[in-house]
Amino acid sequence: MATLEIHDLHVSVEAENGPREILKGVDLTIKQGETHAVMGPNGSGKSTLAYSLAGHPKYTITGGTVTLDGEDVLEMSVDERARAGVFLAMQYPVEVPGVSVSNFLRTSATAVRGEAPKLRTWVKEVKSAMEQLQMDPAFAERNVNEGFSGGEKKRHEILQLELLKPKIAILDETDSGLDVDALRIVSEGVNRVRETGEVGTLLITHYTRILRYIKPDFVHVFANGRIVESGGAELADQLENEGYDKYVKGGASA
Amino acid sequence: MAEAQNIPAGSTTAGSIAVAAESTVATRMSAPPSFDVADFPVPHGREEEWRFTPLERLRGLHDGTAVASGEGVKVEVEAPEGVTVETVGRDDERLGKAGTPVDRVAAQAYSSFEKASVVTVAKEAVLTEPIRIAVHGQGGVAFGHQVIELGAFAEAVVVIDHTGDAVLAANVDYVLGDGAKLTVVSVQDWDEKAVHVAQHNALVGRDASFKSVVVTFGGDVVRIHPRVQYAAPGGEAELFGLYFTDAGQHQEHRLLVDHNTPHCKSNVAYKGALQGQDAHAVWIGDVLIQAAAEGTDTYELNRNLVLTDGARVDSVPNLEIETGEIAGAGHASATGRFDDEQLFYLMARGIPEAEARRLVVRGFFAELVQQIGLPDVQERLLAKIEAELEASV
Repeated sequence: MATLEIHDLHVSVEAENGPREILKGVDLTIKQGETHAVMGPNGSGKSTLAYSLAGHPKYTITGGTVTLDGEDVLEMSVDERARAGVFLAMQYPVEVPGVSVSNFLRTSATAVRGEAPKLRTWVKEVKSAMEQLQMDPAFAERNVNEGFSGGEKKRHEILQLELLKPKIAILDETDSGLDVDALRIVSEGVNRVRETGEVGTLLITHYTRILRYIKPDFVHVFANGRIVESGGAELADQLENEGYDKYVKGGASA
Repeated sequence: MAEAQNIPAGSTTAGSIAVAAESTVATRMSAPPSFDVADFPVPHGREEEWRFTPLERLRGLHDGTAVASGEGVKVEVEAPEGVTVETVGRDDERLGKAGTPVDRVAAQAYSSFEKASVVTVAKEAVLTEPIRIAVHGQGGVAFGHQVIELGAFAEAVVVIDHTGDAVLAANVDYVLGDGAKLTVVSVQDWDEKAVHVAQHNALVGRDASFKSVVVTFGGDVVRIHPRVQYAAPGGEAELFGLYFTDAGQHQEHRLLVDHNTPHCKSNVAYKGALQGQDAHAVWIGDVLIQAAAEGTDTYELNRNLVLTDGARVDSVPNLEIETGEIAGAGHASATGRFDDEQLFYLMARGIPEAEARRLVVRGFFAELVQQIGLPDVQERLLAKIEAELEASV
């Protein structure tokens, strides 16, 4: 069973006056089939956790370990992590002019699966995944994220999640900027992948809204660069009622 | 009139934005056109037509110090039946009909060549095979003149290949009879030290179609100046270009479409990729719609893809319209970077770095390459683009 283990992770970014530590010792273990929600106020370091796990060059790991089934993830390049089964659905997906969605998806699936998918089954696979996400077929011929609305970008991220079938899916504020309909469609996509039982999900969010659609097994409160409290789904209800105030005030060391 | 405004061109990697100069297409040259080099002062580099060009790297083509040397370039013409290939002297009356040199180097070429090559396709001849012209540099200085003339309703494809090492200044005339169809592919695949400055003059006959494909990969300095005029109404010109500018290279494409006649069309599309320190691409797109040219339909586009730091693009579209009675006119220019975030996004989907670059560059050029319409040329271009990318990794 695939397991992502994050142990005492410290991460810095270059700031104007030298390196600034953002993650200050994160411990988290995600197993296949589990869904962990990481919730926290703005600026707490949630997105840094997501991008650090995916290997974004902006972030420097200064301490700790991340392993996927015992393999050192931090030693891997960005593409190696993806091929090992780590997927990051981004909050702000990047435009890639000149590259069509269909070409991108096929190139990506070929890289992750280790062989080119058979054309006939591939076309069907993409078509049905797009239908389920209520995406227009014409979408496939547009350039990656170019001129996409916020909702289209997020659907496109979840489309990739469905096609690439990672072991660990990190969803970075996938709910932000979505109206209720789009949120429901996107959440259903995530749930289809979760129902396979083959993915461990790390759901990063500011709001409890998405948790009405995607039920987490564990909820973690993130503040000031680390997890300050963990619990079950009931912790989300508490956050819904009380907000993050108690974690933000007084240095946030629970 | 909205169409006549200058849309700001794409930004360079240095962050500056090049926009068209205030001077007009007609008056911005520092001297009127002439076949005589003596009519042009030696440029100092601040003239509108020279301000982007590194004069010190022209090896004397601009100041009269470059002198033709024995082994300049070797020109071989391979032509199918129905084509006449001649080598003629300076006084042949078919030379210089399509246009007059507009700058000092073009005039130098016209004043200095000894023999010209004239390729004629007879009236109504429709070639099934391309005419292939190989221009191979032998390491010397050369001045050239080439004429390609199609009789009425003739159809031909010409592929001109520039390879080897040379310092070459040349004028090329394309004369299209009424209803003729000419596609010319000029490939600049020079060795890395070559210097090539050329003016291409097309004179498009009534209802004739001219398609020019300019492909620049090699050389130290390449400056190509394709120009189109219409001899009569109904003509069409498509000017396509593709360049891949590497570290230290200067590749400059300056275009002029002179809509001097009613009811003609033009479509310009140039795309370039740049990589490496001091790679410099310049694109000047001038379209002039004269008062008489009612019913003109024109569009021009330049796109640049900057793959690494240290490269620079100057892109200057300039559309000048002297009549309101046109069918359409527009232009667009943009320079984009293949940046670290795009690379991260593609790699985060399992795509290795080199493949990510290939994907982006191939995608960038694909649409333009398809418009060339010559499968063997298209394949060669794609292979060449791949090779350029391989060399960069």
